[in-house]
Amino acid sequence: MSNTAVMSASPAAARPARRPVRWHIAVFLAPAVLVYSAIMVLPLGATLRLAFFKSVDLQTRYAALANFHTLFGDERWSYHFWNALLNNAYFFLIHMVLMVPLAILLAALLSLPHLRGSALYRTAIFMPTMLSFVIVAFVWRLILSPIWGITPDLLDALGLGSLFAPYLGKEEYALTALGLISVWKELGVPMILMYSAMLAIPHEVIEAAEVDGIVGVRQFLKIKLPLLWPTVGVVTILTFVSNFNSFDLIYTAQGVSAGPNYSTDILGTLLYRTFFGAQFQSGDPHMGSVIATMMFLIILAVVCVYLYFIQRRLVRYQF
Amino acid sequence: MQLLRKTVAARAGAHGILMLVSLMALTPIVLIVVNAFKSREAIFSTPLALPTQETLALDGFRAVLLESSFMSYFANSMIVTLSALAGTILFGAMAAFALSEYRFRLNSAIGLFFVAGLMIPIRLGTIGILDLMVRADLVNTRSALILVYIAQGLPVAIFVLTEFMRTLSGDLKNAARVDGMSEYAIFFWLVLPLLRPAMVSVAVFTMIPIWNDLWFPLILAPSEETKTITLGSQVFLGQYVTDWNAVLSALTLSIVPILALYLVFSKGLIRGITSGGVK
Amino acid sequence: MKKNLAFAVIATLLAGIGAARAAPVVLTIESWRNDDLSIWRDKIIPAFEKAHPNIKVRFAPTAPAEYNAVINSKLDAGTAGDLIACRPFDVPLRHFEKKQILSVNDIKGMDNFTATAKTAWSTDDGKTTFCVPVAAVIHGFMYNKDAFAKLGITPPTTVDQFFAVLDKIKKDGKYVPLDIGTKDAWEASQLAYQNIAPAYYKGEAGRKALIAGSAKLTDAQFVEPMRTIARWKPYLVDGYQAQTYPDSQNIFTLGRAAIYPAGSWEIAGFAKQARFKIGAFPPPVVKAGDKCYINDHPDIGLGVNARTKNLAQAKLFLEFVASPQFATLYTNAVPGFFSLQKTVVNVQDPLAREYAGWRANCDSTPRLTHQIVSRGTPNLEDDLWIKAAGVMNGTITPPAAMGQLQKGLDSWYKPAK
Repeated sequence: MSNTAVMSASPAAARPARRPVRWHIAVFLAPAVLVYSAIMVLPLGATLRLAFFKSVDLQTRYAALANFHTLFGDERWSYHFWNALLNNAYFFLIHMVLMVPLAILLAALLSLPHLRGSALYRTAIFMPTMLSFVIVAFVWRLILSPIWGITPDLLDALGLGSLFAPYLGKEEYALTALGLISVWKELGVPMILMYSAMLAIPHEVIEAAEVDGIVGVRQFLKIKLPLLWPTVGVVTILTFVSNFNSFDLIYTAQGVSAGPNYSTDILGTLLYRTFFGAQFQSGDPHMGSVIATMMFLIILAVVCVYLYFIQRRLVRYQF
Repeated sequence: MQLLRKTVAARAGAHGILMLVSLMALTPIVLIVVNAFKSREAIFSTPLALPTQETLALDGFRAVLLESSFMSYFANSMIVTLSALAGTILFGAMAAFALSEYRFRLNSAIGLFFVAGLMIPIRLGTIGILDLMVRADLVNTRSALILVYIAQGLPVAIFVLTEFMRTLSGDLKNAARVDGMSEYAIFFWLVLPLLRPAMVSVAVFTMIPIWNDLWFPLILAPSEETKTITLGSQVFLGQYVTDWNAVLSALTLSIVPILALYLVFSKGLIRGITSGGVK
Repeated sequence: MKKNLAFAVIATLLAGIGAARAAPVVLTIESWRNDDLSIWRDKIIPAFEKAHPNIKVRFAPTAPAEYNAVINSKLDAGTAGDLIACRPFDVPLRHFEKKQILSVNDIKGMDNFTATAKTAWSTDDGKTTFCVPVAAVIHGFMYNKDAFAKLGITPPTTVDQFFAVLDKIKKDGKYVPLDIGTKDAWEASQLAYQNIAPAYYKGEAGRKALIAGSAKLTDAQFVEPMRTIARWKPYLVDGYQAQTYPDSQNIFTLGRAAIYPAGSWEIAGFAKQARFKIGAFPPPVVKAGDKCYINDHPDIGLGVNARTKNLAQAKLFLEFVASPQFATLYTNAVPGFFSLQKTVVNVQDPLAREYAGWRANCDSTPRLTHQIVSRGTPNLEDDLWIKAAGVMNGTITPPAAMGQLQKGLDSWYKPAK
């Protein structure tokens, strides 16, 4: 949306020969750009630069793409990288399949007119989001623990006792369990975003629909949902980015080696472990930067695809 | 009649779903809070039971509140979180306004510049950030944390607020310009109040990672005077010895402030919407 | 009124400035031992401050999981405290090589330590030491004396007796025979494998051979102990794959388990938490009559930050740490952490005394993977965690595990010939 045509709206005003410098744009942008550049961009730039250097006998030497060759060529590095990437994709899939539809459903229910206790429900469902990962990891480890017996007893009561396993300790189940825990924790934010968007739909549109006899589920699917696609887009891209950068839950629940046997290793934990080191492994900032660069490129590619193909096509309604 | 029955059934269904999800959301938290009041044996022998007279134990709370500087950690967390929030929203709204309102040559470039920040965890720049803070003599100050969190929160804030601002009608702004209002006045008096629902959303989910962050307080401001709650609670997690009562008590206590902050902000969310501000 | 106020303000300011000039030096100690916070604060630091009234010391630990990453960042940026707690062997060696910590050769009292004690904190040629040794820990097995008495069992001395005891406990059904989990992985390496393995590879002989390259991890002496811990599976808790270290501690102290593979560091905490008598026995020998070996691991040292502003005072503190007074104080304040000084300390805690007593009959050796062989990528210790846990989980066979470990080691380690 632009507004520079304002000048032409006033009829008899003489159009200036040259457009005056719009200082206000710079003023509006300045604080954000300054803080962001100084603290986020420059240090990160320094770190990414490290990817092109190597440490030989405590000296730093320029190494061009050698580190990248190591990442993809060396058996161990390559295994860890692709393992983490696949785990990330799976992790993201769980969130898209479970969290986004659930967020839309809950937001729709909460925005029903005159729903009693709406604020209470909202607060309750949002509470897990407010917790620190330390609490989340702790309480879910306790609940799923085969030793202190909450989940086995619960499943037994439901007659599903045979389904129980020490989920977080088994390579086949750990990542799925953590994905579900992550959905439990993160549900609040998409729900609030969708809820805000639904409340922003003006009453006239709803009333007009109801006059035409469109109510209930049909109303939701045909009227509300199309108006919500931009928000769904925002939620999707935020979920994707947050997943790809996520680290804290797996770190606090499974430790820095993302056990058992790297089955819960995602790019975030791989990066942390490589860059800062694990218990006895010393950190390698150069290989760490290579992984960071790869993560950056992957996310950049996906976000670009989203911005240029999907975002542009989303119809944004103004009221 | 049929419509009424359908509506009642639909309503009951809606409440059912909401109640089930709420229960699943709250039960684990209730578990922590209940167990924070029990003795260690009771926590592990009967985790689901409520504290009884024998099992009630307030040692954890005593350790946290009396032996550690909990109130000072709490104050630090509050100061850092609220200041960073204010900075993020103000700077973010200003930048989002410039990006969504005006067409200028660097618009897309600057937009992409900020969005790029979504893609990389700010933790990667830790050494560089620490270096910067050392040179600016800001180590072990709350200002260091506040600046870092603002930088961390700007990309998301700008992304969401730009989206939101694009849906605002241009008519009101153009009318104000015709009336001779400056761009700054338009921003502060016209646009900013309209942003309340989006601003509150941004506030709510920006403040949580700041409140719960462990990493930056650990590296930039670990001194006793600047410790935040999340960092302060770590003292109970030893290498081999974990004081369970204290850990649970610390975790329980740390939920309270963030819950309070949320309630404060969510009220604003409702008020902003129902007062017709959106239109 | 105003004049009085002004005078009061000026007086306070002057008093403040005066006080600042005479302010004592404050030394900060970085450590991962959250557990010891109250002991340092209440027992050790007051002893030092009494002798040095102008020096105040602050013990400022970081959560153990974060310590290595944090101290690296702080040392790189120059914001670390004056004194740094040192992990053994290669981690502080790297700091020393990067000139981030200083040599402690000139500290008075360094000759209170044997050359062996200093190995963990000296350069490879043994000439320069960079951390003052503080304490070592010993590994073994703790058991519930009441449970043993009830079942009529005596502590086993050979591997066969060990499994016979486990069978008996399992048949009885009341107690968990062996209390260890694999979720945190490090116990599988340090409390399981490296605890019992010295008996198979004959302590220092085997360890030095591995470093020299004359022995490989695929040799029988290293594979056998893996086979032994694979046999532990049926005696563990149901669902042990999700059992964390704190879970193991709780299971034992709540009286639900009979035997607990334990490092001596547990002694202080367990004394407070267990309602029953605890006994201990060293790792079983392979054949009756064999020499016994214990994993006696130097664990904590103290070094000085090269960029400290209080070098003289920091050195005074290190002298204190190298003194017999500290040895006695520390060993008895933190039972289970044994001083590395030549001074003989009278260990008061009975369980600690039992552990220390093994040194008389058994040969000591530090953990297998900590010296030299964990310097590269992948480092052997972290790798061992994963493989040992895998063997105990049954997801990898002992020969395959040792084969992969050796392959990882070979990818970067070239033993000096």
